[in-house]
Parts: sequence; structure tokens; C-alpha cells
Amino acid sequence: MRHVISMLVENHQGVLARISGLLSGRGYNVESITAGLIMDPSVSRITLVCTGDDAVVEQIKKQLNRLIDVISVNELTDAPSLNRELMLVKVNASGPQRGEVFQVADVFKAQIMDVGFDTMSVELAGSPEKIDDFLALLRPYGIAEMARSGVVAMERSRKSSVAPGATEQCKKSSDAHSAPVQE
Amino acid sequence: MKRSGARLLIEGIKAEGTKVVFGFPGGVVIPIFDALYGERGLRLVLTRHEQGAVHAADGYARSTGQVGVCIVTSGPGATNTVTGLATANFDSVPLVVFTGQVSRNMIGNDAFQEADIVGISRSVTKHNYLVTDRKDLGRIIREAFYIARTGRPGPVLVDVPKDVLTECSDDVLPQTVSIRGYNPVYTPQPARVREAAEALANAKKPLFYLGGGVNIAGAAELFGAVQKIVDVPTASSLMGISALPSAHPRFLGMIGMHGTYAANTAVQNCDLLFAVGARFDDRATGDLSKFAPHASVVQIDIDPASIDRNVPVAIPIVGDARRVLEDLLPHLRRPRHDEWIATTDDWKAAHPLADIPGNGRLSPTAVLRAISAAFPDAIVTTEVGQHQMWTAQYYDFHRPRTFLTSGGLGTMGYGFPAAIGAQLGNPDRRVIDIAGDGSIQMNIQELATAVSERLPVIVAIMNNGYLGMVRQWQELFYDKHYSGVCLERDPDCDPDCAHPDENCPAYAPDFVKLAEAYGAAGIRVTVEGEIQAALAEAKRITRRPVFIDFRIEREANVWPMVPAGAGIHEMMNA
Repeated sequence: MRHVISMLVENHQGVLARISGLLSGRGYNVESITAGLIMDPSVSRITLVCTGDDAVVEQIKKQLNRLIDVISVNELTDAPSLNRELMLVKVNASGPQRGEVFQVADVFKAQIMDVGFDTMSVELAGSPEKIDDFLALLRPYGIAEMARSGVVAMERSRKSSVAPGATEQCKKSSDAHSAPVQE
Repeated sequence: MKRSGARLLIEGIKAEGTKVVFGFPGGVVIPIFDALYGERGLRLVLTRHEQGAVHAADGYARSTGQVGVCIVTSGPGATNTVTGLATANFDSVPLVVFTGQVSRNMIGNDAFQEADIVGISRSVTKHNYLVTDRKDLGRIIREAFYIARTGRPGPVLVDVPKDVLTECSDDVLPQTVSIRGYNPVYTPQPARVREAAEALANAKKPLFYLGGGVNIAGAAELFGAVQKIVDVPTASSLMGISALPSAHPRFLGMIGMHGTYAANTAVQNCDLLFAVGARFDDRATGDLSKFAPHASVVQIDIDPASIDRNVPVAIPIVGDARRVLEDLLPHLRRPRHDEWIATTDDWKAAHPLADIPGNGRLSPTAVLRAISAAFPDAIVTTEVGQHQMWTAQYYDFHRPRTFLTSGGLGTMGYGFPAAIGAQLGNPDRRVIDIAGDGSIQMNIQELATAVSERLPVIVAIMNNGYLGMVRQWQELFYDKHYSGVCLERDPDCDPDCAHPDENCPAYAPDFVKLAEAYGAAGIRVTVEGEIQAALAEAKRITRRPVFIDFRIEREANVWPMVPAGAGIHEMMNA
């Protein structure tokens, strides 16, 4: 099962190496890892997508928490959360195929970034599932090159005065999230 | 007042109350050694190898409970600390190791004696630092000691570039430490403590399982108080040995691969396994699917990552072992389990640890029992192998923190430098390294350190001419293919040799002559009648180390033994 873990870490030299070293040294499977600054420049947010059964992921979280430079570890897998990824894809398209790619891109609200003689470059930001779907539709044309950013994630804001996670209402909002979301 | 980084570093070490540092100089740390010159408040012990320095600091720390400190140079000096760091990290020993680094403008240039020791040591330390700014040095020194000794203790490495050591500044050491990502939990949740007390009171067949955490947390005395109320049979891991006196009527011995019959059988039959500061290592549990099949598990540990990891835990308690036992004490009632006590007593009586015959040479068990009787108050260190297991099984420990051994990493060469560190931290006690003839040669250069520091460390070499533990496995599981284990072998030997005999080549080195060459005392014991006299002589020597070469039975084995992958009730015997 896929798990999304969001961490706040000290913005020190070598922190990413500490985290990736821990993950590889203990043999954990990582799908993506992203890092970037937040508003407080002394803190970075690292978003980790990993696979494994619940016991393995529990152990990953505990091991990450042991790191001195890790300030907090928050699993977003089951929490109502926003998960977004950016993809750049260069797809083979010349002649009539260009129009088809344009149409698919339009449906997904993707941006055409560059058009060349026999390829087009498209940018799409969205949930990883949406990106997977888009990629599947483009695959028949032939993918010349592809780059994905990995997931950045954030918990959703509460929808009432009651704290999230405490009520049935929040579970509903989590269910709602699993349906495709249009930006 | 302006001070160099090196001077601030020494002030920082002294501010922690440290009295001894272990080290070895080199180009980039000359400024630190310069700051140590004429320093009366800090004893510098020059080991003969950086690995020896780290193990010595480790022995000092384990035996005293204080943070051990090392200073070594960059490059090879730093890389030589890796085994010592990993040893301490595995066994939760508080160390601060300062490594020199090339000047900041040279880092990354493959400069002479440059090594990325922060990168290399990342996975074998609790935390590490590269000091990139002189103004951070004071804070980092304070944090390093704080991190090393708090929570689950461990080694912290601080890599200091040479130009940071020489740069002057008028800063002072910060008074307080605050690290937002590090807040170890000492105090347990009261509800969990009550649940644990309840489980203990209701159990029919409860068993305590003590780990190294009891020794580290200084919880042994409190555990004694707990035991007075509940009177429950108790087993320990290798690291938990000495937390309860070996002769305590409820102590069943060590569990695991070379655990006692009573301890292993009790684990497999208990209905409540109450673990204090133990992490259920694979050598202790054997096949996990067969481990403690009838037991509900209570686990007390300061490291949340150790809880519920290998064994499903019914009542997890995150906290310091001493603090938890303190909180537990007022809730305790004695369980009704007299029948269970009688049963465990029967197991103990029916299956004591056997004497191992000497077959013309010395019996290892006779040697160990004699040392144990002659030095009841000693601090005992070991190397790794058969002698280590025999010590764990046969030595009579009376007080906590008196058994220092590399349990997690299993580092041959640990015991002798650790004994040196323990002797420096405990000048009024006898310190004995029980060694194998293979292990002792892995850090034998520290004989020079022990001689020059006038330390009366006793090294009892259980000399069987083999790397005995591997030989035992080869005998039992590899058709006696004694490959790469004979230390007497020469090119004229039969390549298929599977039997030592009286025609084997002479043993090298001659440990007696070797000890004498260093200025230490050397004694050889070949027959049982000489054991007492040798120990009496060792006792009289108080200003230099003593090597005793005990020529033990060459093919003696450690029994009982649980084969790899078996359940711990599936014990093999002689």
C-alpha cells in the first residue's frame, strides 16, 4: 500500500542525506521524496511516498522520528489531504496527432509548454492518480521524455468548527477527496 | 576574552564534568592537543589506535554511566573510529567523538587525510555534526553531550575543521540546550503503568525479561525493590546480565541462542513476558514465530522504535526504565504463582549449566568459575565468541554495570580497550578482560597504553588455538570443515584437518613473552592445579597489566545451543 508522509525538518546541510540514507540503509521502498523550504527559512518540508505494509511504515515513521533533525512526522495517507505532483512530458506528435494531444491536454487542464517539429511538451499539475491517467492516454502516441516532481502534500483545512478527524463529517470529506478533483 | 576553537572545545569537555579523554593526535588536531598541553583538569590517555580510543571511552562510559570522550584526527583517524562508533551505537553507549577535519576551504578537494566522516558515520551514530562556522562550535559541543547522554544514549560525532579550531572568538558556551526535533519521553503514561501492574498481578506464569536498558537507566536497584514485592522469575538478555545478581533465587539466566534451559523454557511457557529495556534481538528470540507462544507481552523502552518491532506487544510503555519502575512500584501486588516458581526452580535444578571437560587441557568452565570466585567485585569485559558466552553463562555477577560486552555489533577486539577505559573510570576496582586468543589480537597494541598508564587490567585469554565460535558452527553444521579458524596452522598442515592433536605447530604469539616485551606480566596456565596460584599472583600485581594464557580444551563448545532459525526451546546439548 502507498503511504504519504509529510515531515518538517531542520534546514541544515545533509538532512536529506540523513533521511535518504536511513531509508536505503534499512531497506525501505521509496516511490518519491521531495524537499523544499516553507515560510520559516530554518525549516524544510519533506514529502515522502513509500510502499509497504502498515507495520513497515510504522517502523519507518518511528525511525524518521528518531532523527534529531526531524521536527515532526505526519502521515497523510488516511487524513484528508491535498496531494499534488508536477509532470513535464514530451510526447511524439506531428500532423493530425497534434490536435488530438491538444484535446486530451485541454480535458485535463494541462498546459502546452512547447511545440516542436515532431514532439510537444506538456505540463500537468495534479494528484498522482490524475497524472497517471493523463500519461496512460498519451502513451499510445509515444512518450519521448518524462519528468515527475514527486508528491508534495498538505493536510486539508477543517470544514467546520469541530477539529478534523473527530467527526463523521470529516470522514465524508476524506471520501469526497478520493473522487477526482478538478482544479 | 578571545579563545581559539580548540580552547573552547577543551572548556566544553571540562564543563561536562569529564575527567578523562582518549585520543590519538594527527595534523589537523594539533591545535586541540596544544590546548591540552599542561591541562591539569583533564587526563589525556594516548591509545595506540583510534579504534582502541573509542572502545576505551565506551568501557569508561558503560562502567561509570558518564559520557566517554575521544579526540582523533581527520581521514584515517576518523575512519578508524567507525567500528567503535557502531559498537557503541548498537549498545546505546553515550560517547562524544571529536574528529579533526581539513580546513573549510579544502573540504571536497581530496585534501591530504580528508574523509567525509559525517557521511561515513551517519548510520553508526545517534547524531553527528560538521562544524562549518566557528560561532556554532559552543552550541554544538553542548548539544553533542546532551544528545549522547539523554533518551536512548548513543555516540555523537563532531567533525571540526582545522581552521575552526584555530579561529579566535570571544564567545562562551551556551548555558542551555534546546533542540526542537529531540524531546525524549522519560515519564510513562500512568494508565499504561496501571495496566502493566494489573497484568502482572493477574498472571499465573509471569516472567521478567531484563535488557541492557536496566543497566543503562540505573534501574537495577529499583528492579530489586520491585522483585521484593512481586517475587517473579526473571531472565535477561546478554546486555541485561548483572542487572540482577546472578545468584538471585529468581534469576534463571540469559535467554536465547546460548541461553539456559530454565530461561528459554520459561519464555516458551510463561503467560506474561514483562520486558524492561530489552529490544528482542534475534539472538535472544530465535525464530520469532515460535517465540513465547503463550505470552502476552509488556515492553518498557525509552526508544519508541524498539517497541512492537519484533514481537507484538500488548502493553507498550515508552519511558525511562527507572522512571517506569518507580511509577509501577506503588501499584504492585504479588501474583499468585507459587506453582510457577516451583516449576522454574525445578527446571533450574534439573538442567544446570554443565561443566565442560578439559580432556587433558584446561576446562573453560573451571577457569571461569575460578576467576569468578577470586574476583567477586571485578568489572568484567569480554571480546566476542565462545569465551563471551561462557562468561555470560558461568560468571557470578553481583552488581549492575559490571559486565561490559559488545552485544549488538559483536565486535572482536572490544574487551581489552574497554577494560582500559573501565579501569580508568574505576581505579579502585579490579577489571578483567575475559578474552579469546583470536579476539585479543585485534587490539593487542593497547597493551602499550595499559602499561604506560600503569593499569592493572587482567586479561584472561581462553586460548584454544581456534576462532572457537566459528569452529563450533563448522563442527556442528558444516561437517567439521575447519576452514580459516585454526590459529596454529602452518603450510605443512593437512589441508583437510578436522582434528587438532599433539603434533600441531606451536602457538604464535607466545602471549607470556609478548606481555613481557611490553613490560606487562605474563603467566601461562596449562593444568588445573595452577589456576589458583596464577590468579593469586595476578591479584598481587597492581601497577601493570597481566596476561594469563589459559590453555583450554581446543574443541570445547558452548552449550546449550539453539541452531539459527530454530525456536529457543529447541536446544542442542553436548
